[in-house]
Amino acid sequence: MTDDHYPDDAPPGTDSERDGSLLPAVPPEPLPDPGLPEHEPRPTDVDPKLERRAERQVAGMFGLAGLLTIAFCVAYFSFSPDPETGATIAGFSASNLTLGLSLGLALLLIGIGAIQWARRLMSDHEIVEYRHSAASSEEDRKVALEAFSQGVSDSGFGRRSLIRNSLLGSMALLGLPAIVLLRDLGPLPTDEDLYQTVWRKGVRVVNDVSGAPITPAQLQVGDLVNAEPDLFFEHVGPAGKVVPPEYEGAELLNAKAKAAVIVVRMQPEDITPYPSRADWGVQGILCYSKICTHVGCPISLWEHQTHQLLCPCHQSTFDLADNGRVLFGPAARALPQLHIGVDSSGFLIAMSDFTEPVGPSFWERG
Amino acid sequence: MLFLSTRRRHPLAGLVVVLLGLMVAGGLYSAFAPASSGDSSKADQQLINQGRQLFVVGCATCHGLNAEGIVTKSGNNNGPPLIGVGAAAVDFQVGTGRMPLAQAGVQAPSKPVLYTDAEISALAAYIASLGPGPAIPGPAETDISGATTEQIGRGRAFFQTNCTACHNFAAAGGALPHGGYAPSLLGTSPRHIIEAMVTGPGQMPGFSDDVLTPDDKRDIVAYINVLKEQPSYGGSDLGSKGPVTEGLWGWLGGIGALVLVTVWIANNGARVQKKKSR
Repeated sequence: MTDDHYPDDAPPGTDSERDGSLLPAVPPEPLPDPGLPEHEPRPTDVDPKLERRAERQVAGMFGLAGLLTIAFCVAYFSFSPDPETGATIAGFSASNLTLGLSLGLALLLIGIGAIQWARRLMSDHEIVEYRHSAASSEEDRKVALEAFSQGVSDSGFGRRSLIRNSLLGSMALLGLPAIVLLRDLGPLPTDEDLYQTVWRKGVRVVNDVSGAPITPAQLQVGDLVNAEPDLFFEHVGPAGKVVPPEYEGAELLNAKAKAAVIVVRMQPEDITPYPSRADWGVQGILCYSKICTHVGCPISLWEHQTHQLLCPCHQSTFDLADNGRVLFGPAARALPQLHIGVDSSGFLIAMSDFTEPVGPSFWERG
Repeated sequence: MLFLSTRRRHPLAGLVVVLLGLMVAGGLYSAFAPASSGDSSKADQQLINQGRQLFVVGCATCHGLNAEGIVTKSGNNNGPPLIGVGAAAVDFQVGTGRMPLAQAGVQAPSKPVLYTDAEISALAAYIASLGPGPAIPGPAETDISGATTEQIGRGRAFFQTNCTACHNFAAAGGALPHGGYAPSLLGTSPRHIIEAMVTGPGQMPGFSDDVLTPDDKRDIVAYINVLKEQPSYGGSDLGSKGPVTEGLWGWLGGIGALVLVTVWIANNGARVQKKKSR
């Protein structure tokens, strides 16, 4: 908008004259009277009885908030938060319930009281506040620019290029420590981390938690076992002796997270393996990675009638009778299958590691 | 002896010998064979007959007159064959009201139980007599009253490995593909939970006793029992269904209330025409 739009005979009192030139000029009103309705008072403005009542109301809320705050302190000391010994109210922990209710209601009442005070009692006459241009006056800008160029020439920032450039260089190098420190957040994963698990030929497939080995005869059609390699449990070593678990601590958790599998038994005639995978199962027993290929949730949500395995995180669905093919959902790759066989004692064993990386996609794999 | 020797070439002599032989063999069998003391086998047979009566009236429409199942023209099951499913499957399906089915659908929902305990055991006895299958777990396998903390901890490990995928960490159940769902386990009796693990009802995979031993199963049930009694310390758990219900309540309840408060704050309130009296 330009000043051209305003009539020359604008009403007095709306321009910079009245402000005493401390602030930039305010354009005059486009309309002398835009037709604002007349101010109408509230009931509390005209009736002193109502006014006193509103006053009591607001003060009551503030007072109650104070009492609740004291109740909070009392509850803090009188109810134990201990899950074993603490009291309960209607199935909730008495400590949590009373602390939350008292402090929450106290804050709420202070807020409601403040708003009620403003709505009922504070002055509600409409006022006009004029907008000013955000820029400083022409004169101020000139003075500021002069001071700046004076500073530049006094410091010699433009003239002493050696000092200036060495300062800029040292500032830029300050970014280096940040990079060096952030690098320590973790070594980059190795091929071993990404492409391999601890499965290898001859490792028994055992029940997760109990570590009991599994024979094909133990599984009915429709059964599912959440399994792990026997390396994580006390197991029979290569020399036929019982050896302790081979992994522990963080190493165990990492290895376990990648090696987790599910073993399922289906009717052999329902299974349609790739020709290269024809001998990967034992009498309709197949073994798949338990880690979803989308973002790596553990999945064992298996419908034994439809042979579908559902990931509860994002509904990726895999067909375990059809090589772990993706039927639905965001997963991009079929569920990796583990080639299993039977050892001389009749227990299920892995015949090799997974032939592809388990778990979600990563950068180098696309 | 003369009586016997003079008639040893009588035309019926061979028949008499065969009959005698059969009687001796039968007598020996009934004397030595396990679980066949006269009274109980008669009682069992009576129970099986009673179960058969009930089956023909209530179940045969879908499962066939001899529980052989009915296959429709399109190759689907009207009702699956029940030969070899065992007494445990019957006790679970009928004892939780899932059977008789009210209507065909994705899932057989749990309903009020239609048969008495005696009728259910008769039905179970009849189905068990058709072929070998898992039996109803006895009190030794379902009694969790003496569970130690260590056993409950073991049960927790088994539960979180094998059950949480479908039934959720709080055993409150969850959604499955095609409109199915895994039911909550919090109102289910220990016996029925164990039967479900053994028989794998509906889409649920089975967890046979050889892989998950009866002791493991009892520990799982003991842990579920602990979950049942757990007070919710963080306030209302909204059915323990996870982020979906929490998000729903957060948006509808929380943001809805904020919108109402905003409307109240911005509302102009009552006005009067009257001028100030003082």
